[in-house]
Amino acid sequence: MDKEKDWPLWEIFIRSRAGLNHKHVGSLHAADADMAIENARDVYTRRNEGISIWVVESKHITASNPEDSESLFEPADNKIYRHPTFYNLPDEVKHM
Amino acid sequence: MTTETSMLDKFEEKIRKEIKIEPRDWMPEKYRKTLVRQISQHAHSEIVGMLPEGNWITRAPSMRRKVALLAKVQDEAGHGLYLYSAAETLGTTRKEMTDDLHTGKAKYSSIFNYPSLTWADIGAIGWLVDGAAIMNQVMLCRTSYGPYARAMVRICKEESFHQRQGYEIMLTLARGSEEQKAMAQDALNRWWWPSLMMFGPPDHESKHTAQSMAWKIKRKTNDELRQQFVDATVPQAKLIGLKIPDSDLKWNEEKGSYDFGEIDWDEFWNVVKGNGPCNKERLNARVKASEKGQWVREAAAAFAEKQNQRKAKKEQVA
Ligand SMILES: [Fe+2]
Ligand SMILES: [Fe+2]
Ligand SMILES: [Fe+2]
Repeated sequence: MDKEKDWPLWEIFIRSRAGLNHKHVGSLHAADADMAIENARDVYTRRNEGISIWVVESKHITASNPEDSESLFEPADNKIYRHPTFYNLPDEVKHM
Repeated sequence: MTTETSMLDKFEEKIRKEIKIEPRDWMPEKYRKTLVRQISQHAHSEIVGMLPEGNWITRAPSMRRKVALLAKVQDEAGHGLYLYSAAETLGTTRKEMTDDLHTGKAKYSSIFNYPSLTWADIGAIGWLVDGAAIMNQVMLCRTSYGPYARAMVRICKEESFHQRQGYEIMLTLARGSEEQKAMAQDALNRWWWPSLMMFGPPDHESKHTAQSMAWKIKRKTNDELRQQFVDATVPQAKLIGLKIPDSDLKWNEEKGSYDFGEIDWDEFWNVVKGNGPCNKERLNARVKASEKGQWVREAAAAFAEKQNQRKAKKEQVA
C-alpha cells in the first residue's frame, strides 16, 4: 500500500452554457486525461452544470506569486486615464 | 519588524476585512493545520456517512425512494471529493488523509457510528442528520479560507434535497399505519440526541472554538448552531405529529427559543473514543473498500502509463 502513489491531480474547468467562458470549479485525481473528464462529468455536472469540460494536470499550471502581487499589479493602479470617467464631457452628451 | 510579523499583520488584516485567504497566500502554520484537520474530518464524514444509508438502497420500499436515496448517497461521495480537494490545496495529500482515516488517527462525525435499523432511519437521517449538517455548512459558506468556502457553496446547493427527501419519508410514515407511525417515532427517538451532539461539545469545553472564531474559520459557535437546529426542527416534528424525546423541551418566551434537556456528553465522548455501536464496522468497511480497490487503481495507472508511452512514440514517428 505504501509504494502506491496518488493518481495525478487535475484542475477542472466547466463551460456552464454556450456563450460563457470555461470556469475553474475544482480539482480531482485521475490516472489520465480521459478519466479526468469522466470523473469531472460525474462529480461536477450531476445537475446539468455544464456543456463542456476542460481538464489540465495541475502541475502544468504556473501561477503568479501572491507576495509579488503589489508590484505585479501596481502598474495598473495609477492609470486612471484608462477609464471612461477620466474624461470630462458636457452634460448634453448623454451616452458616450 | 521581522517579515514573519508583517506577514501575520497582513493575514490578520485580510481576516478583519473579510478578504478570503487563498492557497498560495501566507498563513500561520496553526491556521493551516486547523483547516487540514477540520476539512479532512469533514471529508471523511461525507464518505463514512454513505455507509448507514447505502445499507438501505437495495431495500428501499419503492423505485421513487430508491432513485432518490441512490442520488443522495452519490452526492455525499461528491461532497467528500470537493472537501478532499480543498484540503489538498493546503499541502496535504489524498493518500495521507485516507491513511489517517484507515489507521484511526483521523476522526469523522460520530453520528455515523450509529446503526440504521429500519427504513424510518433513512427518513430520520435525511431530516435530522443532513438538517444538522446543513446548519453547519451554511455557516461555513462564509469561512475565511477560499477553497473551503467554495466547496461549501457547492455542497449547500446539493444538500437541500437531502433533507427534504428525509422529511418526506418521515411525513409519509407518520401519516401511515400505526406500525409505520411507531417506526417513525422510534427512529426519531434514537437519532434525536446523537443529532444534537453533531454540533460538538458545549462552547465552554470546546478547545478549538475561540481560535477558529477569531480566524473566521467558524462563524458561529457549537451551542449557537445547536440552538438554531432545535428551534428549526421542533416545529417540523410537531407538524407531522411526532414527539421529540426530551421531557425538558419547552418554549422560552423570554429568549424567543426552545430550552432543551441535558445532552449525555459521556455517550458522546465514548463514541468519539471508538466505542460506539458501529465504529469498528464503519472503519472496516472503509479499509476493505480501499484494499479491494487497490488492483483497480494500479491497473488504471498502468494503463495510463502505457497510453502515454504509445502517444510519445507516435509523436516521435510523426
Ligand atoms: Fe452530509
Ligand atoms: Fe453531504
Ligand atoms: Fe447530505
